[in-house]
Amino acid sequence: MAQPFRTAEGGRIDRSRSLAFTFDGREMRGHPGDTLASALLANGNRLVGRSFKYHRPRGLLAAGGEEPNGLVRLRRGGRAEPNVRATLAELYDGLTAESQNRWPSLNFDLGAVTGLATPLFPAGFYYKTFMWPPAWWPAYEGVIRRMAGLGRAPAAADPDRYDHRHDHCDVLVVGGGPAGLAAAQWAARTGARVILADEGSEFGGSLLSGNESLDGKPAMAWAERILAELAAAGNVHLLPRTTVSGYYDHNYLGMLERVADHLAEPADNQPRQRLWKVRAGQVVLATGALERPLVFADNDRPGVMLASAAQSYVNRYGVRPGDRAVLVGNNDSAYPAALDLAAAGVRVAALVDLRPEAHLDWLARLDEQGIEVMAGRAVTGVEGRDGVRGVRIAKLSDDGKGIVGGVGREVECDLLCMSGGWTPSLHLFSQSGGKLLWDEGLASFRPGEAVQAVRVVGAAAGRFDLTACLAAGAEAGNAAANDSGHRRRGRGPRRPTAEEMPPPLAARPMFLIPGGRGKRFVDFQEDVTAADLQLAVREGYRSVEHVKRYTTAGMGTDQGRTTNVNALGVVAQELDVSVPEVGHTTFRPPFSPVTFGALAGRQVGELLDPLRRTPMHGWHQANGAVFEPVGQWLRPYYYPAPGEDMQAAVNREVKAARHSLAVMDATTLGKIDIQGPDAAEFLNRVYTNGWKALKVGSCRYGLMLGEEGMVMDDGVTARLGEGHFHMTTTTGNAASVLAWLENWSQTEWPELRVYCNSCTEHWAVVSISGPNARKLMAELCDDVDLSPEAFPFMTWRQGTVAGLPARIFRVSFTGELSYEINVPAGCGLNLWQTVLAAGEKYGITPFGTEAMHVLRAEVGFIIVGQETDGTVTPLDLGMDWIVSRKKDFLGKRSLSRSDTARDDRPQLVGLLTEDPNLRVPEGAQLIPGSDPRPPVASQGHVTSSYESPNLGRTFAMGLLQGGGERHGEVVHVAFDGRAAPATVTAPRFFDPEGSRARG
Amino acid sequence: MLLIDCPWCGPRDEVEFSCGGEAHIVRPPEPANLSDAEWGDYVFMRQNRKGVHYERWCHGHGCGRWFNVARDTVSHQVLAVYAMGEAPPEV
Repeated sequence: MAQPFRTAEGGRIDRSRSLAFTFDGREMRGHPGDTLASALLANGNRLVGRSFKYHRPRGLLAAGGEEPNGLVRLRRGGRAEPNVRATLAELYDGLTAESQNRWPSLNFDLGAVTGLATPLFPAGFYYKTFMWPPAWWPAYEGVIRRMAGLGRAPAAADPDRYDHRHDHCDVLVVGGGPAGLAAAQWAARTGARVILADEGSEFGGSLLSGNESLDGKPAMAWAERILAELAAAGNVHLLPRTTVSGYYDHNYLGMLERVADHLAEPADNQPRQRLWKVRAGQVVLATGALERPLVFADNDRPGVMLASAAQSYVNRYGVRPGDRAVLVGNNDSAYPAALDLAAAGVRVAALVDLRPEAHLDWLARLDEQGIEVMAGRAVTGVEGRDGVRGVRIAKLSDDGKGIVGGVGREVECDLLCMSGGWTPSLHLFSQSGGKLLWDEGLASFRPGEAVQAVRVVGAAAGRFDLTACLAAGAEAGNAAANDSGHRRRGRGPRRPTAEEMPPPLAARPMFLIPGGRGKRFVDFQEDVTAADLQLAVREGYRSVEHVKRYTTAGMGTDQGRTTNVNALGVVAQELDVSVPEVGHTTFRPPFSPVTFGALAGRQVGELLDPLRRTPMHGWHQANGAVFEPVGQWLRPYYYPAPGEDMQAAVNREVKAARHSLAVMDATTLGKIDIQGPDAAEFLNRVYTNGWKALKVGSCRYGLMLGEEGMVMDDGVTARLGEGHFHMTTTTGNAASVLAWLENWSQTEWPELRVYCNSCTEHWAVVSISGPNARKLMAELCDDVDLSPEAFPFMTWRQGTVAGLPARIFRVSFTGELSYEINVPAGCGLNLWQTVLAAGEKYGITPFGTEAMHVLRAEVGFIIVGQETDGTVTPLDLGMDWIVSRKKDFLGKRSLSRSDTARDDRPQLVGLLTEDPNLRVPEGAQLIPGSDPRPPVASQGHVTSSYESPNLGRTFAMGLLQGGGERHGEVVHVAFDGRAAPATVTAPRFFDPEGSRARG
Repeated sequence: MLLIDCPWCGPRDEVEFSCGGEAHIVRPPEPANLSDAEWGDYVFMRQNRKGVHYERWCHGHGCGRWFNVARDTVSHQVLAVYAMGEAPPEV
């Protein structure tokens, strides 16, 4: 139970409580306030994973969100989450984690043999390997997927909920370090609505890991005072554990709040994670800076970490990341880190400064601790494979490109802390469209001109002096609030002053440390070495975007946070140009991985898409209907009787409609109420046929085309009054047809007085169909003369059906005598049940969409979206009869374009297979010969295919090249490697005169 | 995601709108008198400007009204919002 690397005191952990956790089955303990990473280190567990490509043993590089190595699978079962950064995973009692990318175990990994076969894995390995022969690709893939790759996705369903929240604020402050806290405080004082978001569990940023003081007191005391003020203010929303992952147009930002990731299970009514979508008036980015690794041989050995990370482990978590340390840096940062390590009881063997001269003020302080400082030298190699055992230190040449004075000396240590300078975190700024400028002194990019309403402050702006960061934060917070219309009354908060630090000594930018023979890693997560980048350049890649894709540098889940600048430096050096000449790669959202759960939110399962049900849905369900989705609607597909399969049920339903009486719930048909003095003229322009002469009380079938001449929708429209029409559309197209009508009436023909309204849900529609339909109507309706003379086909009447006010349309989609009875939606179930009861004596049979499809196909009616696919004109369908020659309409001119007027276009035909029992699959290709083996040219395809109890055989429709002139010819339907002969016919199979519907 | 200032409803998120493509394309009054090329130009050919683009938007999940927008296709800034039938403003 001992935590051998825990310091005796200090840190922001609660030593009074102990938490149990396991890593790869090993039981360990930590404290509240620990991350999985710090607790592992406290227990002396330095090996956390295997690398992506070479399976090299890896330890923790960082202590924060930039960690590239410490990716673990957290939790078990449906709650398991792969690729969690151990440095962000807060410890809780009972936490379980497993290492990834190793087999069979972390300590003994077979994949590590690829490390020995390194020459086989050069840059662009994938591209070079996956070339030939193509037949081997599946085999390559299987091996590669197992060998390389990150964690496994869980197989079980996630039991937790995820939430979305949309919000607005005046000022969004990203990052709760000193500059962010100052910005939030100053903005909040104006009364502006402020959101302060920070990735960590605690606000404070760099102050949490350092030991600076403000006005003579610990800096965290200041931070806690500000946080108390913000928490008490009514206009501030504090969001810890929240990563801003995307900065989109018009100050729209996406943030992932890990609401309950620090708990074993979310509390009742608590989501695990919440995705925030925030529209901010002004944004202040106080995203800090990340320390860069140095690129030297074997810089990835467990025990090599960033100096700032080591500082964080000792100061924040009370953990010694090693017993005996060497530090190496090209800037001042390693010095205070050395002092902090020494204060925590780590023996500091040496500090290696790449610069020719050490920093004298810091040197004096280190001297007091007996720490040796070696200037003008570098670490050129690391001993120890599974953990650092020692480092080699050699003298750098004046130009830094070589080693002088021999291979140098070896120093024993188990911890190597490195600082290669600082990279401002500008992912979000760059995503916002802001330009990045190269800063030679910083050897990194800093923010240039902003495009959106955003300010960058603190270390993210390349400022590292605490007093200056606080002042800049305050200034930006105040200015952002002012720009969003809020002004402070009275004086602002007092600005604190930090203790004086030794003046900085210029860094020595060095992107590649010479000497040594081992791999020099630039991207730890993607296993990209300096040699890979150099090879890419030698192979001719010049653009940094291409080098990135070829080598995959910066393409890991860490978005190359510790990689990018070093990679640019190496490429620039190889190309012998400056870094700004190389440029930088594009930063794209997300900054940090966002889980699928959070992206989906509540829109999963039943809530994925709204489901629409008709008023009669309950009846359908109670009577055993099988449903099919049509658009967002659920429609009865067929109603199987006990013991019936689908075909038997459909056949029974089809026969009932042809021989006696059948009934269908047609409520889902799209309905649009069109009114206005110019309504008839309007319809005349959108439909292919004429509408002005249509009498009140009559109905007409219409086709709508896009301007390119292709069929868009069809339906029957009735004239209710002189300037009043009731249009019906296909179920799935109701919304798009209404949008189409609105588009033309508002934008092209504003002079037409016409108004369109959706009334799909206002009406329930019961459609009765069959030879006995009139008899049934007569029983239910006594105020309409139902005789064929008084109420002929393609007319409608207002009347009372079953005591309900109804619009009765004598239209037919089945080819039988039909009435479509429209009643107010609330009366739909009432009417449905009355019709069924009254129709019992005729054997009334409810039918679903499949029987409807068979019935309509028997009489040759098309379904838009089945016979058409956006490339079919009315002429292709043989529907010239509905295309007006006299007037213009949308799409008309396109029908005479050279390609549209071709006579060898695919045209609608009927298809009768030689074998009357063979039902060919819809979508099957039509070919001229009987040999289906490729290459064979397709002449069209099958659009509809059914079995018909009325015809006593199967039948199909299809689009066939020049089919209109090929009736009687035999073509072949190709499917399943065979070619079935079929005779081409007219696309109408039953009642060719159409007398039954008119009867 | 863009923030679009609907002339009827005020600023709303882009998801409430649909874009109807390039604005100020007038339907030819006499399509029958056009050559295939002229008609094809009207139906199919659109600008793909880098910079200021005049385009139509419809507030479908709001008031349902169409209007014109001048948008910079590089910065995505909405430079002007104006009514159907109005001449494009200088931006």
